[in-house]
Amino acid sequence: MRVSAYYTTKKVTINLLIHLFLLSVVLTCLYPLLWMVLASFKTQETIFSDIWLIPRQFHFENYVFAWKEGGFGRNFLNSIFYTTSVVVGIVLVSSLAAYAFARMRFPGRNVLFIIFMAAIMIPIPGSFVALYVLLNKLHLRNTSLGYILCMINVGLSTSIYLLKTFFDKMPQEFEDAARIDGCSKIGLWWHVALPLAKPALAVVVVFNALNVWNEYILALIIFDSRKLMPLQVALKSFQGEFVTNYPLLMAGLTITAIPIIIVYLLMQKYIIKGVTQGALVE
Amino acid sequence: MKIKDTLESYAFVLPAVTIFTIFYILPFLWIFQLGMFDWDGILPTKIFIGFDNFKEIFTLDKSWWQAMRNAGYITLIALTFQNILAFLLAWACDREIRMKNWYKVIFFIPPILSEIVVGMAWRFIISDVEGANMVNRLLIASGFPQLVRSWLSDPKTALTTVAIVHCWKGFGFGFLIFLAGLQTIPKELYEAARVDGANAWQSFGRITLPLMMPVAVLVAILTILGTMQAFVLIIGLVGGEMAGHTSVPVLRILASMRGSSRFGYACAQGITLGAVLVAISFIQLRLSRKYRSA
Repeated sequence: MRVSAYYTTKKVTINLLIHLFLLSVVLTCLYPLLWMVLASFKTQETIFSDIWLIPRQFHFENYVFAWKEGGFGRNFLNSIFYTTSVVVGIVLVSSLAAYAFARMRFPGRNVLFIIFMAAIMIPIPGSFVALYVLLNKLHLRNTSLGYILCMINVGLSTSIYLLKTFFDKMPQEFEDAARIDGCSKIGLWWHVALPLAKPALAVVVVFNALNVWNEYILALIIFDSRKLMPLQVALKSFQGEFVTNYPLLMAGLTITAIPIIIVYLLMQKYIIKGVTQGALVE
Repeated sequence: MKIKDTLESYAFVLPAVTIFTIFYILPFLWIFQLGMFDWDGILPTKIFIGFDNFKEIFTLDKSWWQAMRNAGYITLIALTFQNILAFLLAWACDREIRMKNWYKVIFFIPPILSEIVVGMAWRFIISDVEGANMVNRLLIASGFPQLVRSWLSDPKTALTTVAIVHCWKGFGFGFLIFLAGLQTIPKELYEAARVDGANAWQSFGRITLPLMMPVAVLVAILTILGTMQAFVLIIGLVGGEMAGHTSVPVLRILASMRGSSRFGYACAQGITLGAVLVAISFIQLRLSRKYRSA
């Protein structure tokens, strides 16, 4: 009896210590973010005098100002537009290719697939220099189209990999049934393969959406005009313009971060899956 | 029929291949060509100079190697501090405990945020602005006012500060991969070890560690590749592309391109960094194969 009581106490203590450890890291994770969000509701005067995390009075003016005068409304819509276009592009282009790689036999299939996979593994740190030159030549620099095409390319290899793994495992029977009904290849892809691939597509969509929303360097070198910029890059000119207005800056940061946090909380199952699978490509 | 099938298959991969060729393969080859030229990125005249750009990088460019050392230092901290923390957290979560999913969700919040947002938010939290610096406030409150400093502008602490913010942003990623790895270890192994009289430390050393080695190598290589190429976080933290004593290689490439308009030189720098990274990946692949066969 005493022995088992000893073990229970020991177990409880260990569990308590583990939770303490985990909770302290949780606090370190959340504190800066809470700071950022709550500071955006303060004013320039209260942000330093108010040592409490939670503002005594919530000021929404910062958001109104950032959205209108700061031009963030425009950049926000740009980010939404780029993210949607790139994700739709990636889903179509990569699922077509992945379907062919998994279900069709043609000369050069393996070589092509290996080249796509090599792109995941070979880092080219200076690629933005060449892309800048390329887009200049094609007259696509400082255009939305140039940025969208570049970003579709960025997500291509990983998405093809994720979808091909799925199509590889897809049972043959579904296709056979549709083929007997006279379905063409493109019909098989659209009516059979894509609907079945919904779970894999969800991973591809969420994964790429986060990636495009957070992208910085290509947007930096491609866009000159503030009107075309997505949020991440606009933040920098915003910072230059309102360098001492901290609450306003924090409002800008919050506007940029909140959509991604919401999408993450809603879709975290797929994101976590995408990350673990994506990493295992290597 | 056969030819029609083949053509149809090519039609399926054509969009992907086209985009990939124009936006990946072409620039990739271009970097190697441009690396041999002296070119300002605008004028139609490029001057072929062979390997002079590389000669300059290896003999004259002190700031490049300083940037490499800086990135190496940040990588070293990420490899040790960040990954050990990530592993400990994963190990703590790999059991029947309450709120396990909450921990998982929260630890992955920093990695999903953009580097620029994280950098700018932290810049504010540890800035020099009177009263805003939470770290300094905490130090004063806990009785260490002599440790108060301006963390990002003091050359002694700037790089370590950058490294710690980098770890803050990145540990959740390693955590997830470690946790996924730990969950593949069959629980029966631990059970069997316990029956055989092994204590917790023994089963950790004899089961967990060896089985996790391939995962650890994977996390290590992802950390190295990610950290050596990191720079956006630093732009956010220091408020611009001129990072001074916290400069890193990609920022030097950006400076060669945008600052001094030396496109050829920027490409040569990119190739140099890329070669280092490929070499490291290669060593890692060999290592992980060795562990897998052992």
